[in-house]
Amino acid sequence: MDFLTTLQVLDSSLRQATPLLIACLAGLFSERAGIFDIGLEGKMLVAAFLSAAVAAVTGSVWLGLLAGIGASLVFSAIHGLASITFRGNQLISGVALNFLAAGLTVVIAQSWFAQGGRTPQLMAGGRFEPIILPGALTSSSDIAQAGPLMQLYSELISGHGLPVYVALALVPLTWWALFRTRFGLRLRAVGEAPEAVDTAGISVVGLRFAAVVIAGVLCGIAGAYLATGLQAGFTKDMTAGRGYIALAALIFAKWRPWYALGACLLFGFLQAVAIRFQNIDLGVVEVPVQVMDALPYILTVVILAGFVGRAIPPRAGGEPYVKER
Amino acid sequence: MTPTPAIELKGISKAFGPVQANKDISIAVMPGTIHGIIGENGAGKSTLMSILYGFYKADKGEIFINGKKTEIPDSQAAIAAGIGMVFQHFKLVQNFTVLENVVLGAEDSGLLRPSLARARRELEALAREYELSVDPDALIQDIGVGMQQRVEILKALYRGADILILDEPTGVLTPAEADHLFRILEGLKREGKTIVLITHKLREIMEITDTVSVMRRGEMTATVATADTDPSQLAELMVGRKVLLQVEKTPAQPRETILEVENLNVTDDKGVHRVKDVSFSIRAGEILGIAGVAGNGQSELLEVLGGYERGTGHVRIRGQEIDLTGAKSDGQSRRRRGISHVPEDRQREGLIMNFHAWENVAFGYHHDPAYQKNALFMNNAAIREDTEAKMRRFDVRPPNPQLTAKSFSGGNQQKIVLAREIERNPDLLLVGQPTRGVDIGAIEFIHQQIVALRDAGKAILLVSVELDEIMGLADRIAVMFDGRIMGERLPSETNERELGLLMAGITDTTTPHGHREVEANLAERHGEVR
Repeated sequence: MDFLTTLQVLDSSLRQATPLLIACLAGLFSERAGIFDIGLEGKMLVAAFLSAAVAAVTGSVWLGLLAGIGASLVFSAIHGLASITFRGNQLISGVALNFLAAGLTVVIAQSWFAQGGRTPQLMAGGRFEPIILPGALTSSSDIAQAGPLMQLYSELISGHGLPVYVALALVPLTWWALFRTRFGLRLRAVGEAPEAVDTAGISVVGLRFAAVVIAGVLCGIAGAYLATGLQAGFTKDMTAGRGYIALAALIFAKWRPWYALGACLLFGFLQAVAIRFQNIDLGVVEVPVQVMDALPYILTVVILAGFVGRAIPPRAGGEPYVKER
Repeated sequence: MTPTPAIELKGISKAFGPVQANKDISIAVMPGTIHGIIGENGAGKSTLMSILYGFYKADKGEIFINGKKTEIPDSQAAIAAGIGMVFQHFKLVQNFTVLENVVLGAEDSGLLRPSLARARRELEALAREYELSVDPDALIQDIGVGMQQRVEILKALYRGADILILDEPTGVLTPAEADHLFRILEGLKREGKTIVLITHKLREIMEITDTVSVMRRGEMTATVATADTDPSQLAELMVGRKVLLQVEKTPAQPRETILEVENLNVTDDKGVHRVKDVSFSIRAGEILGIAGVAGNGQSELLEVLGGYERGTGHVRIRGQEIDLTGAKSDGQSRRRRGISHVPEDRQREGLIMNFHAWENVAFGYHHDPAYQKNALFMNNAAIREDTEAKMRRFDVRPPNPQLTAKSFSGGNQQKIVLAREIERNPDLLLVGQPTRGVDIGAIEFIHQQIVALRDAGKAILLVSVELDEIMGLADRIAVMFDGRIMGERLPSETNERELGLLMAGITDTTTPHGHREVEANLAERHGEVR
C-alpha cells in the first residue's frame, strides 16, 4: 500500500467518521446530562430522510439541512417529553423512536416520491460540495504527481463537505463548553447528581431539555450529512446502525470529547477499509468482504462487552429525577 | 423592644393526599441562636424545613424572614432570602472537586475560571473564620463524610446564608466529628448566624441548642428554652406519653459459650478486604455490642454470620463448626443451627415491601410443618393466624396480617421482623441497627424485647452505629474500625470519648487527641478502601 492509497483510505475514514462523530457528541451532551439516548439512530434517520427530500424538492442543501435538524428536533422533543417531563423509561422511548423512524421514513418517501422508499438522486446544489482549501490540488492526476506534503494537504485535509470540518471543530468546542463554562458545569452536575443541581436552585428539567435539544440539533446535522454529503439521497435504513455505533464509541470514549474523536476515527477507518478493500488476501486465507463489512459491528460488540476497561457512565444516567420527600 | 425573629412561620399547613404532614404550625426563631426541632420520624420536621427551603409549597400559612413577608416558591428564592440547608443526604456531585461543588449554581458568569478563582479566595477566608478547612481541589468521592458535610456548610455560606438549616447532621459522624461540627456551629452563632438543627437525638438538643421546638404528628407541641427542660420531658412531648430513655436491665448472667468466631476474614466481590482477622465469642445470656462508624466491616460480619456472604476462618455454634464457604452456606443452614438474623436494612433484606405481613412472617420458615396443609399446598390460613398472634405479642399496629409490609411505619416493620426471628427461639440472635429509623416509643419496646431474649438465656450479637444504643444494651462492647476489632470494653468501665477514639482507629486512648488526628485517621482509611 503506497502513501497515496493510505491517504485515500484515511480521507475516506474521515468522511465515514463524520456522522459517527457528530452523533457521538450528540449522545455525549445528552448522556452527560443524565438522559440515555438510544434514539440517536432514529433521529439521524429522520434527519437523513427529510434533508434529502427537501433538498431534492427545493434543490438547496441548506434548506435540506434545516429540515433535517427540524425533524431530529421533533424526535428529541418527544424523547424529552417522555423521559424528562413524564419520567418514562429512556431506553423504551429511544427504541420506540428508532422503530418510528425506520417505518415512517420509508412510508413517507414512497408516498411522496414513489421510488421504492428512496428519495430522488440529488443533483449539485442539493449536496454538500467539497470545500477546496486554498492552494489545494483537485485533479487526481495532479495529486498523484505532487510531493507527499502536498498530497497530504490536497487529499486528506482539503476537499470535504462543510459538515466534516464542523464535526472536527465540534470536538474542542464541546470540550470547552463542558469543562470551561457554567453551562457545562451544570450539565455535568445534572447527569451526576440532579439533587445537587435542584437544591442549588437550578432547574433540572430545563437543563436536561437543553441537553436533549443540543443532541437533536447535532443528530440533525449528522443525518443530513449522511444523505446529502456522504450519499446523494436517502435510501431505506441508510443509517445502518451508525447511531448504535456512535453509542458504542461514546462508551469507548468514556463520555469525553477528545476520546470520542479517536473512537469515531477508529470506527470510520474500519468502515473505510471495508469499502476500499473488498477482499483481503492474507496469503493463507482470503478474508471475505462480509467480514470486513462486519468489523465495525464486531468492534461495537467487543466494546459493549466491556473489553476496553472500566467505563463509568454518568451516575444519574437513565434515571428520571424525582424530588425526594 | 424584642428583636425581630430571623424566621417566623405563621399557620403553616401541608397535606400529602390524606396525610396531614404539617398542621397549623407557628414558630419564631431569634437571630443568632441555635434552635432545635425535635420529633419522631414522620412528625413533619423535614416537611416543615422543606417548605422553608422552597422544596414544597405550603397549603396555608405565611413565612417571614427578618420580619419581612417572603414567598419561597423554589430553592432559588430560599437562597436569595439568605437560607441555606444542609440535607441529611448530602447533595454533592461525587466526581466534582470541592470548589466546583461550592460554585455550582452560584457562578458569577458564563465562564468558570473567574468564578472558581473567587470561590477559592472566599473558601480560604471562611476556613480561617470558622474552622472549616477543606482542600478545595479534592474530589468529593475521596473525602470522608465529615469533610463532605463541611462542604455543604461552605456551600450555604458561600451563597451568603444567614440562616442555616441542618437536617440530622450527626447521623453519619463519629463522636469526635460531631464535636467538631458543634464547634463550627457555635462559631457561626457567634458571628450572628441563625441555626436550625433538626434531630431526633435528645442529647444533641440539650448540648447545643438555645431553644427547642417539639413536633408530634404534624403539630408543634411545644417550644421551650433548652435550659428550662430536660430529656425525659422532651421525650414525653415527642411521644405523648412517659418513655423510659434508659434501658432497664439487670446485670448479665452469662453461661456456656454459644458462638465462637476465630480469625474471620471477609473479602467482598469488589476484592476489598472488609473483615480482618476478627475473633470473639458470645455466651448464653449476654449481649455483645459491636460499635463503629458505618462501613467498617460490621455489615459484612453480620452477613457472613447470617449466611449470605462468604468468608474464611472458623465460626462455631456450641462447639460445632459452621461452613462459611461451601454451597450449603446460606440463611437456611444458619436457621437450622439456631441462628436468627434481623438484618441491618429491613426494607431490602428483612422484608419484601410489596408482600403481605403474613407472607413476610413465613419467609425463611416456610418449611415449618405447622405451615403446611399437605405435601403440595401451604396452609395460608394457619400462617395468617400465627402471624396475627405474633403481631399482637410484638405490639405491631395495626395487627392485621393482610396489610403489605410497606404500609407499616418503620418501627412496626422492624417489630414484624423481630417477631419472626425472636419467636423462633434461636440460640443466637444477630441483630443489626435494630432501631434505625424507628420512633422513640418503638425503640423502648424493641430494646425490652432484646433484653428479654437475653434474660431467657440466649446469645445476642448487636451491631449498631448508635453509640447510645450500644452503651445502653450491650454487656460487652467491641469496637470495629477498618475491618478489625480495636478492643473490647465493659460499658461500666468505658465512656463515649474512649469508644469514639477507638471508632476512629486510635487505640492509645490515654493521651489527649484532637479531632484533626481522628479525621486524618479516618481519611487515610477512606483512601485505602477506595
